[in-house]
Amino acid sequence: MNVILENVSRLKEIGLVGLITAAVGASPAMAEDAVSQHRAALADKDANPALLVIDQGEALFKTKRGPKNASLEKCDFGLGPGMIKGATAKMPRYFADTDRVQDTESRLVTCMVSLQGFDEKTIKSKTFGDQRDNEGNTDIEAIAAYVQYQSNGMAIDPPSTHPKEKEAMQVGENLFWRRNGPLDLACGTCHAEGGKRVRLQPLLNALDKKQLQDTMASWPTYRISHGMVRTIQHRMWDCGWAMKLPDLDYGSPASVALISYLSNQAKGAVFDLPGMKR
Amino acid sequence: MFNKITALMMATGFLATGCISAQNANSSDIDSLANKYLAQSYLPGPGQDLDRLKQDETQKVCSKYRNNPPEKLAKEILDREQNNIKYPASGKMMGDWKQGEKYFTALFRGAIGSFEPDRPGMDRGGNCYACHAGDRKEVAFGNMGPSLSEYGKLRGHDDAIVKYTYEKIYNPQAFVACSNMPRLGHGGHLTPEKIADITAYLVSPESPLNK
Repeated sequence: MNVILENVSRLKEIGLVGLITAAVGASPAMAEDAVSQHRAALADKDANPALLVIDQGEALFKTKRGPKNASLEKCDFGLGPGMIKGATAKMPRYFADTDRVQDTESRLVTCMVSLQGFDEKTIKSKTFGDQRDNEGNTDIEAIAAYVQYQSNGMAIDPPSTHPKEKEAMQVGENLFWRRNGPLDLACGTCHAEGGKRVRLQPLLNALDKKQLQDTMASWPTYRISHGMVRTIQHRMWDCGWAMKLPDLDYGSPASVALISYLSNQAKGAVFDLPGMKR
Repeated sequence: MFNKITALMMATGFLATGCISAQNANSSDIDSLANKYLAQSYLPGPGQDLDRLKQDETQKVCSKYRNNPPEKLAKEILDREQNNIKYPASGKMMGDWKQGEKYFTALFRGAIGSFEPDRPGMDRGGNCYACHAGDRKEVAFGNMGPSLSEYGKLRGHDDAIVKYTYEKIYNPQAFVACSNMPRLGHGGHLTPEKIADITAYLVSPESPLNK
């Protein structure tokens, strides 16, 4: 475990050195170049610390836990109880038992409540590790990353035939353009144009299909600046945090609607997991 | 892209309103659904401020028209936003450029919620480098907005420039309806005094930005 931790902190260091190299570069172009070289060096999947968290997630998934002392092996992610291979690729989707459109993570909460007897409020009160305190991933982050990783190599192909699936996509698009909060920001403020950066961070243009596909296919991802694996639910919450909004509830209808919209726009992209980002 | 297509339609004489009204045909239904989803997605609790989700009229119009409002509504936004600009109690729109350098550079902050709220003692800045070039020594700048390097050197520092600069930071939508730039003063993120300091940092001949 010590070796693992050393590797993780070494990756953090490399990240830091990369950024410093970029910052002292003589020109923005050189700085950008340094950042992209740094990224390429980190693209080596075998060196991705997310794999360690995914292994933890697998162990947690298969362990009997919670008041009902049950594992998650009977959880139905849409392909039948216990069928997790490729399930995320076919999500978000409508579930009759909850009468909701759910993504992997909101479904995971459903199973932790129904199969294991955990309290939903308690689960949602601490879904993410806090990088500011050097925390590691929470159990639910690890389990979600494990389940999502089971769609690695498969094409994003969420169903869109049920009226509620269509509704979620439409609402997601509406929310993408919704400006609110003290900074007047919408997702579209930063993610609707090509070639843009915040500081040195290139921004996804979500209206560019290829760019969106590359992005949607690379979550969950190891975030160097956090030293943790982050899932697509965290990304949605994190954008809201940057917009100075209240906390977006984990697996909430609005978060799933945004993920539905983005996943449907990215249809056909092949999951290349785990990702590695700043 | 949407902006460009609409602009092209307008330029070629195609009725842009045709496009927009088609988009609006069911948009009020989707709006009310979106509000229903939001009500279930942001929950009251310690550190949460659900009022931040409420849209004012300008935010509503900009969202609905995806930042490309019809002329009449754009004019309404300009009028409304021009009228809500407030000034420092001292009346001085040109503050201290040294303080301004700090607020130009410092991160936004202003985060709430129970997961990662601001920690005590965090001061709010404008995080202007997120989107703009400034002092040429700083190479880690974004490009969402235009370069502000040598802002004063290029534009001078007379009263009109000072007033424009102050007002632009306080409320960019007083000049460009549905501008991507946050209404830093009107939204309550920066105080009039901090905006006056940033104004000085941009305009003053002594500022490193203009060296």
